[in-house]
Amino acid sequence: MKKSNSRIAFEWFNFVFMIVLCVVMLYPFLNVVASSLSNNSAVSRGRVTFFPIGFNLEAYKAVVRYQHIWTGYKNTLLYTIVGTAINLVMTVLGAYPLSRKQFYGRSVFTFIVAFTMFFGGGLIPTYLIINAYGLLDTFWVMVIPGAISTYNMIIMRTFFQGIPVELEEAATIDGCNDMQTLWKVILPLSTASLMTIGMFYAVGHWNAWFNAVIYLRDSGRFPVQLWLRTIVLQNQVRDIVEGSGAVDTEAENLVADTIKFAVIVVAVLPILCVYPFVQKYFVKGVMIGSVKG
Amino acid sequence: MSPATAQKTRHLDQHSAWYRIRKSKFLYLMFLPVIVYYIMFCYAPMFGLVIAFKDYNVFKGIWASKWVGFKYFSQFFESRFFFRLIRNTFLISFYGLIFGFPAPIILALLLNEQKDGVFKRVVQTISYLPHFISTVVLVSMFVQFLSVNNGLINNLVEAFGGTRTYFLGDPKYFRTLYTSLGIWRGIGWGSIIYLAALTNVSPELYEACLIDGGGRLRQTWHITLPGISNTIIIMLIFRVGELLSVGSETILLMYNEAIYETADVISTYVYRRGLINAEYSFGAAVGLFNSLIGLILVSTTNALSKRFSETSLW
Repeated sequence: MKKSNSRIAFEWFNFVFMIVLCVVMLYPFLNVVASSLSNNSAVSRGRVTFFPIGFNLEAYKAVVRYQHIWTGYKNTLLYTIVGTAINLVMTVLGAYPLSRKQFYGRSVFTFIVAFTMFFGGGLIPTYLIINAYGLLDTFWVMVIPGAISTYNMIIMRTFFQGIPVELEEAATIDGCNDMQTLWKVILPLSTASLMTIGMFYAVGHWNAWFNAVIYLRDSGRFPVQLWLRTIVLQNQVRDIVEGSGAVDTEAENLVADTIKFAVIVVAVLPILCVYPFVQKYFVKGVMIGSVKG
Repeated sequence: MSPATAQKTRHLDQHSAWYRIRKSKFLYLMFLPVIVYYIMFCYAPMFGLVIAFKDYNVFKGIWASKWVGFKYFSQFFESRFFFRLIRNTFLISFYGLIFGFPAPIILALLLNEQKDGVFKRVVQTISYLPHFISTVVLVSMFVQFLSVNNGLINNLVEAFGGTRTYFLGDPKYFRTLYTSLGIWRGIGWGSIIYLAALTNVSPELYEACLIDGGGRLRQTWHITLPGISNTIIIMLIFRVGELLSVGSETILLMYNEAIYETADVISTYVYRRGLINAEYSFGAAVGLFNSLIGLILVSTTNALSKRFSETSLW
């Protein structure tokens, strides 16, 4: 079939649009990486674009020497690992019963759960309740209050619903009790979905900062995102530069601008590294969810 | 007892609630921690909302504090910030609705026209990268780009003969900046769900349209869009339900006192007054007002959509 002129024009437009889109999406990241590796004066005069100018690692050296970043990293890592584990267990505990027809009262429980997606106590009552539980300024406040994302649990329920009942019946006939059926039949069939949901949760933990602002006082528990905010958005570069051993203001200014970029890179690097390998799981997650919300 | 009645009793027995609960006791055991979680962390705060009608006193606690009725609600309605907060909150989500909502749909339609599978996948993968980056990182990058001295945007402005401007310090730019950041961040991720819906549109419909002499635009208008309209409506209901609930996370990182005029929204106000100033009852009242409006908006759009398009969330 011959293409019309307007079709060819459209295809060209579409191609160019896609390229522009990719550049717009990627440029900020490339620029941040390039700036973090450049010399300070090039950055402060705004000359850096795609490639570093005056390549050096001074900013990273300063960041590495900054104790808070390390503590922050360790905390974030712990919150992510422990938090995701709790998330997965709780999500399966909730999603599996909700997916079973024989679960008496299923519709009532589904309503109780789904209602929280549309109405909630809001910031202040939640804060006071968490305070009343004595969770304020503890490790657990970063992992327990968000133990279940209702949306993710419903995605998981939808997935469990798709597993044929016959498989379970067969397992029961073979002498499995409910526990064994779940552990030996259902969960092995769900690894891909569990991975997907797990990634959603893990990214959420890695990126979390607001709960830390509200619930944590002790800076020894702060996640890395909070240090990023302090350094870049609240402009507390001085602290980190002083830690780097530079005494006079001149030396301080040598890295003041590039440090911000280096901190951004440090905070975002793990996500950028795993992203290409795991992104297909994320897409799958949206697909499962879109079948029936 | 005749065998027939015995049969009947047992039959009834199997359908009694108690029988069925016992039959699925493992499922109940599993569900127990979940229901405890929901009670403790979702429903308890909802009951905690009573402090909106009380004079919450830290030492007395939620129950012993004095009832004051609608005192804090009227305080909010009469506050000189009331109109400004409603306007800002509404306008920011309205711009999001007008510009941010169609953006992923358009991207999905364009991606759908892209026949080269590999190229399409690469573009997609790149386009939803920002969705996984934390708000702090995104706003940090954004602030660097808008920087007066060395930011890319100001470099461009200067190159085209303009003067360097502190965009984040001028109220008139805030909504544009916020909306742009939202589109940049959400366009790729938002498109996935529409692309999924697009794959379900039957190719035969396109052929039929082609035979009837319909061009590409006609096909898009008469087949593609109706084919994904259910998805669009569902997403729209969600979006309208959020018209008065702009999240505080991004704005808290972006705004400063100089631009409260356009940037301060209900959620950031609740954060400042309720949490920072520790005016708990007042904050809870404003928050409750906000959530109630959200609930009303969601159910209204849902009901309207059910009536006119037979698509609904519940």
